[in-house]
Amino acid sequence: MSFKVMLPTAFTRHTEGQKQFASTAPNLTGLLTEIDSTFPALGTQIKDDEGKLRRFINVYVNDEDIRFLGGEGYAFQDGDEVMLIPSIAGGC
Amino acid sequence: MEYSCTAYELKCNECGKRYGNRPLSGCPDCLAPLEIAYDLDSARGEFTREAIEAGPANIWRYKRLLPIPDGFQPDLPVGFTPLVRAKRLGKRIGASNLYIKNDAVCFPTLSFKDRVVSVALANAQKFGFTTVGCSSTGNLANSVAAQAARLGIKASILVPADLEPAKILNTLVYGARLIRIDGNYDHVNRLCTLIADEYNWGLVNVNLRPYYAEGSKTVGFEIAEQLGWRLPDNVVVPMAGGSLIRKIRKAFKELIYLGLVEDKPVKFFGAQATGCSPIAVAVREGADNFIPQKPNTIARSLAIGNPADGPAAAKMIIADGGWAEDVSDVELVSGIQELAETEGIFTETAGGVTTAVTARLYAQGRIHPDETTVVCITGNGLKTTDALAGRYEVARAIRPRLADFDAYLKELDGVSEPEPELVAAGDVRVL
Ligand SMILES: [Zn+2]
Repeated sequence: MSFKVMLPTAFTRHTEGQKQFASTAPNLTGLLTEIDSTFPALGTQIKDDEGKLRRFINVYVNDEDIRFLGGEGYAFQDGDEVMLIPSIAGGC
Repeated sequence: MEYSCTAYELKCNECGKRYGNRPLSGCPDCLAPLEIAYDLDSARGEFTREAIEAGPANIWRYKRLLPIPDGFQPDLPVGFTPLVRAKRLGKRIGASNLYIKNDAVCFPTLSFKDRVVSVALANAQKFGFTTVGCSSTGNLANSVAAQAARLGIKASILVPADLEPAKILNTLVYGARLIRIDGNYDHVNRLCTLIADEYNWGLVNVNLRPYYAEGSKTVGFEIAEQLGWRLPDNVVVPMAGGSLIRKIRKAFKELIYLGLVEDKPVKFFGAQATGCSPIAVAVREGADNFIPQKPNTIARSLAIGNPADGPAAAKMIIADGGWAEDVSDVELVSGIQELAETEGIFTETAGGVTTAVTARLYAQGRIHPDETTVVCITGNGLKTTDALAGRYEVARAIRPRLADFDAYLKELDGVSEPEPELVAAGDVRVL
């Protein structure tokens, strides 16, 4: 099982310019642990002092917000496309 | 009268870091949204009631507390919309001191978005963008398209594919490029964050967002000035992303800080549609974060299921002792009709939400009848006429003959009786 993780340009200063990488993590918690070891600076940026994903980060799996898929309980599937992006305010 | 604006720069709300002035929406460190911070003390003695009242009858009278680059000469008379006493609506819902802030008539495109866009595009020009754009549920699209046309800047606008036809036409007519996305606003917004990464476009609600959002403060400045330089007790505000409600509060706080109005508690009440109400739910549960929703409401301009300003808006409402409610699509349509029938104001679906929520707040006793309450109506009903489809029967045409007219009235009313004469013939005097 392997899936693709995509990052916006804003994060690539912590990944030596890499905009995507492959992962085999079973779930979101596993992915964050993996990021900590592969790209520690990115891990620091996307998590708060308690080690939880900052609330200004959204995680999408195949265009769907991971919170609609069970959040940390979601098991990544082979071929998933996972995107981490800062949330942007819109509307009034 | 020419003066420079108060010094301002981008500041992170969460970690406090400052970033000068550049097209940037989130803190590069902690990713929180950025806001504009002013050197407010330097505005003391400059941003006065007299100076403001001597300014033009539009938002530029507040230019000193807006993030406007030096040398920018505003020439679009946006804003300064009517604040009207709403006696008839008040009577119906049990309010004796009710006002409508009517941005259904904001210039140039009939929504409060004209305010934010005029501030955003002033900065887009300064930053040198030759293409501007936005993600939009309609009103913002209309405003960006119109104002970009006037400034001679290209506009590329992204919207959910299922937008109201009037809002689509109102974007295309200005020559903007309209890109329809197969998804909801949250999908469109996410795509726009990626576009801002890849293209050198000035996206008013993405990389220009901190500047854009400040334009909303003018609603608050106007309410205070139009109430005779005093603050209301309550403000009812529609919430999509949760930005407007916070900016109205920011305006009040700035006025208090500078001594233009007396300090007093103001409660903020948020209005959402039940089909998309993450902030209202968070407020009612006392939570400072929200659970995103998949929007399902005809109030498309409020249909943001994952609002980035949501946690801050919820926190602020709770802190000030306010509340938030949501109403169904059926209730919001009644709200549109009620506001039109009582006050002669035709609002879009979001305004129907705001009106219906206001009525409920009085019914619940959350707002006392005598308190001064301002209801913010942010968009015009002509853009969402589909919401009223099937509500009104259009009568058959009759021939231009009095006999036909008599018969027709008889048919309608059962009796045909002319209204009594207003003035007796003997009372008419030649002056
Ligand atoms: Zn920060």
